[in-house]
This record gives sequence, structure tokens and C-alpha cells, in this order.
Amino acid sequence: MSIDTKIAARVAKLARIRVEDDALPALAAEFNTILGFIEQLAEVDVEGVEPMTSVTPMRLPRRADAVTDGGQQAAVLSNAPDAREGFFAVPKVVE
Amino acid sequence: MSDLNKLTIADARDSLRKGDITSAELTEACLTAIEGAGALNAFVHDTAQMARDMAADADRRLQAGDAPGMCGIPLGIKDLFCTKGVASQAASGILEGFVPEYESTVTSKLFEAGSVMLGKLNMDEFAMGSSNETSVYGNAVNPWRRAGDDAALTPGGSSGGSAAAVAADLCLGATGTDTGGSIRQPAAFTGITGIKPTYGRCSRWGVVAFASSLDQAGPMTKTVRDSAIMLGAMCGHDPKDSTSADMPVPDFEAMLSGDISGKVIGIPKEYRMDGMPAEIEKLWADGTAMLKDAGAEIRDISLPHTKYALPAYYVIAPAEASSNLARYDGVRYGHRAKLAPGDGITEMYEKTRAEGFGAEVQRRVMVGTYVLSAGFYDAYYNRARKVRTLIKRDFEQVFEAGVDAILTPATPSAAFGLGEMASADPVQMYLNDVFTVTVNLAGLPGVTVPTGRNAQGLPLGLQLIGRPWEEGDLLNCAYALEQAAGFVAKPDKWW
Repeated sequence: MSIDTKIAARVAKLARIRVEDDALPALAAEFNTILGFIEQLAEVDVEGVEPMTSVTPMRLPRRADAVTDGGQQAAVLSNAPDAREGFFAVPKVVE
Repeated sequence: MSDLNKLTIADARDSLRKGDITSAELTEACLTAIEGAGALNAFVHDTAQMARDMAADADRRLQAGDAPGMCGIPLGIKDLFCTKGVASQAASGILEGFVPEYESTVTSKLFEAGSVMLGKLNMDEFAMGSSNETSVYGNAVNPWRRAGDDAALTPGGSSGGSAAAVAADLCLGATGTDTGGSIRQPAAFTGITGIKPTYGRCSRWGVVAFASSLDQAGPMTKTVRDSAIMLGAMCGHDPKDSTSADMPVPDFEAMLSGDISGKVIGIPKEYRMDGMPAEIEKLWADGTAMLKDAGAEIRDISLPHTKYALPAYYVIAPAEASSNLARYDGVRYGHRAKLAPGDGITEMYEKTRAEGFGAEVQRRVMVGTYVLSAGFYDAYYNRARKVRTLIKRDFEQVFEAGVDAILTPATPSAAFGLGEMASADPVQMYLNDVFTVTVNLAGLPGVTVPTGRNAQGLPLGLQLIGRPWEEGDLLNCAYALEQAAGFVAKPDKWW
């Protein structure tokens, strides 16, 4: 399967990365190189093989459904590019 | 005493405990070495004052007696580890100005043991790279050069700053992380030792995530013994990482007897790549002979799915990265793009990520997005996870058949020149990880040891792969190999 500039633009949009139109052909070419490499996986017989979910056979641990931390508003906001009145500030989302 | 920065962790520990030296002196020697090594671009965030304070605390503890082995030992910390109150930006522009409010579990453990942080170390952006050329701080430089040639070489990647700093004696040891070879390849390129432990040994909490099912932290040191000492201080169960193993941590150093008689060492035929350089072939054969002379039984083995490890990795790692790196959106931390009038939140995300991420990170995030997108998920992502199951099964079968450890080359070549791969396509760079990436996919421990030099005098390393959770036995095999190889060369100081 070959990637054209239209698919490259769609992938960039899905990834929320702005790519200018004139950069799309080079991006599509790179995708094709990498996907061409990945294509080898089609040779492997994976009939009846389970996809790996955990490299170590283990059940994820559970803990009590209880509050274990909190009350750290200042610490949570300390690295925000824009924080106001105890909240993260972003451009208007709802018209 | 001069040149204290050249000590091993083991020797420094013994001298500190005897009171022959102080951590303050040791730390000062390292800070002086760092100051004179700007050309290596290994240290990227300086914490000299913090180091002096930590050394003073360590000296008080040492005087009181009963201090842990790592007490007073000056270390470099890879920029991927979040360190409280100290810039931690994973060598990315998108985390510019980020100062964590918390400490990673691994660095907490090292600091609780009394280790001293000298500063933060250069790396590839978000640990994505094999040459330290994707860093926002610029390239780290290998202290080694080819004989009679002053071309700057890569220290490898992604833990390139860690490797350069240890090889140049700027610190006694350094933390690294390894997702596809990022501890082992740079260790091999710089003539030092590095171990990626079993997945789950070291907590991932507070380590900036790249591909969560593959990422592991580990030590990068001057000797195998030092790796055993430092690894012991880094690992252990952490409830804050749901994949952290709730298992006791053995005394790895106590397991270094050097006796490997009767151990079965597997030599996998699939690692004999077409076009493998003769010097790598010879290195591997020499290493095999050394282990045999030390009493091990050498057995030819087959790991039939090896060929598919790299393509599976370049589906799984970008897929996980695209998910992990979704958090860099310009809202909670790091860089936010300047917006034009009328820009909404989508423009903010898109511009922030285009400005903040470098080219390789953007490429991998987009490849990951593609392989996870509707219509391709089964063909790429699920298929890669099935191949991963088969790769792990290959290893399980040889271990069940009685193999104790597997010997392979660490890298397909010696360190290459910075910029030399610039015109190659991305896949050429990915081939650097051909011998190391299987270990991450199978969750196994792997260690590289320097065992020889190429015709141009550059260090070359071999890798030993062990059974899960048996880092102690693995390090003991590495110790036997280190003793037999007797690699003691150091780079000539030009910086």
C-alpha cells in the first residue's frame, strides 16, 4: 500500500502536527520507506498466535478504590504555559 | 589524590568507607572534569551546587558508618528522568522550561542511597535515535576518535550523553534507558558496560515515556562490577508503576564469582547477518572462545524470528509513542506556540507540536498514528504484536532447552561519524538496533561488555542476553567475559 500526499495530510491531522503542504511529498516518501520495511511482517505465519499484551505473564495489580493523593493545585499548575484562577487556560473551545 | 573522577564505583566506595577520600573531593574532581569537557556536550543541565550539597550529606552519612554502597558516588542522570526542581526535558523543545514537581522512582532510590547528581545528560529527543543527533541540545560527542583522524564520532544513542560522560571519566556512572538498544549500543560505541534489566525490574515512574511496553532504565558504568552495584540500587518494586515486579532484589555484586563452568552459552545463527564486517565476526568468535576457555559449554542455537524483530519494533514502538506523546499539547507543561488571531484549540495543538517536536519524533508519532488508524490496526499493529509473541517464544524455547545465556555482537559496526548517516533513509539508522531490539521485545535482560577494538582503534562490544529475572547470573557471565577480554583502553584526551 502506497501513501500519497492526501493520506500523509490525513495522518498529520490525526496526529495533530501541522505539516505545510510543500512538505507533504517528502513526508509521504518517508512513510513509504518505513512502511516498505514494516511490510516484511506479512511473510510471517501468525495463524493461531495471540497478540502480546504483557511481556511478563502477570495480572495487573489492583488497589482499593480510594483517594491516595490530591490537594496539589499549585504543583499541578506550576508548569502550565497559561494558568488562571486555578485552571489551565486554553483558547476558546465552545462558540 | 588526583584524578579521583577516574575511579570505578567499587574502588571509590571502598576508599570512601575507609575514609581515604571524601565524597566532596570526588564530586569536585568530577565537576572539574565536566567543566573541561564542554566539547563532548554530554552534560546539558548543570547542578553543581546541588551536587556539592548532596556530597556533604553523603560524607556525614559515611562518617556515621553503615552507608550503602552507592553513598557519595557522583553520577550523571539522563535527561529522560524527571528530577524534582531540575530541568527535565527529554532533549526536546516541547518540554523547554519544564521543571518537575516530583522525583522519578529510580533517581529517588539512588539519592536515598546517598548518590550525588552532577547534572543532566544529553540524549536523543524522547530517546528516539541511535546517534544522539536528534537532541535539541545538539550532538553529544564520543570521546573516542579513529586513529590519526579527528573527525567527531557519535557516542551512540539514545543514551549518548551518558555513554560519553562515563567513557570520558566525567562521572563514575550514569543512568540510561533502553527501549530498543539505547543503553547497550552507546555502551558498545564508547567502550563501557551497560545493562538493560528484565522488563519490570526498574520502575518506569517519573521516566518520560517513549514506548511503555519496552522502556527500561539501567546503569551505564566503567565495569561489570559497577553495573551490579548500581543496578541493585536502582531496582525494586514500586506500586506507582503497575508493571513493576514485586520480587526481591538479589545482591547482584555477590553473584560475581567469575565461575561459569558448566554454563551453556547459546550462539544464535540468525545473528550472523549478511555482509557482517569481518572485525565483528572475529570479535564474536573471540568472545565465544573466551567463554569456552572459562569452562562454558558453547551451543549453536536458532532464534528463527529474529529477522522480523526490527520491523515489529518499528510498528510497536511508534504506536506506543504516538499514544504517549499525545500528552504534549501545550496545555499542561512545556512549549505552547504563539497563536494567530482566530486560532482555536486545534491550531494550538498542531502548531505547538510542529514547533516543539523534532523531525524524527514527528516521523515516529505519525507512523504510530498511521498503524493504529482505522483499517490498518489489524494489518500492522495486531500483526506486530503476534510476531512479538513469536520472538519471545523463540527465546523461551532455547532457555527451556538448557541455555543459560546467549552471546551476540552488540552493534553491526563501531561508532560512526556524526553526520555520516545524514543522507541515509531512516531505516538505515534503525538497523543499528538489529542485535539489541529482540531483547526489548522479549522483555529480557541484556548486557554489553567491551571486548576489543577495531582496526582504527575504536571499541567494540559483545552482548549477553539472559533469562528473565536472572540479571545476577547474566552479570556473572559478563564478568567472566570482561576478565578474559581484559579491555582496559581509554580514549586519548583531546577535549
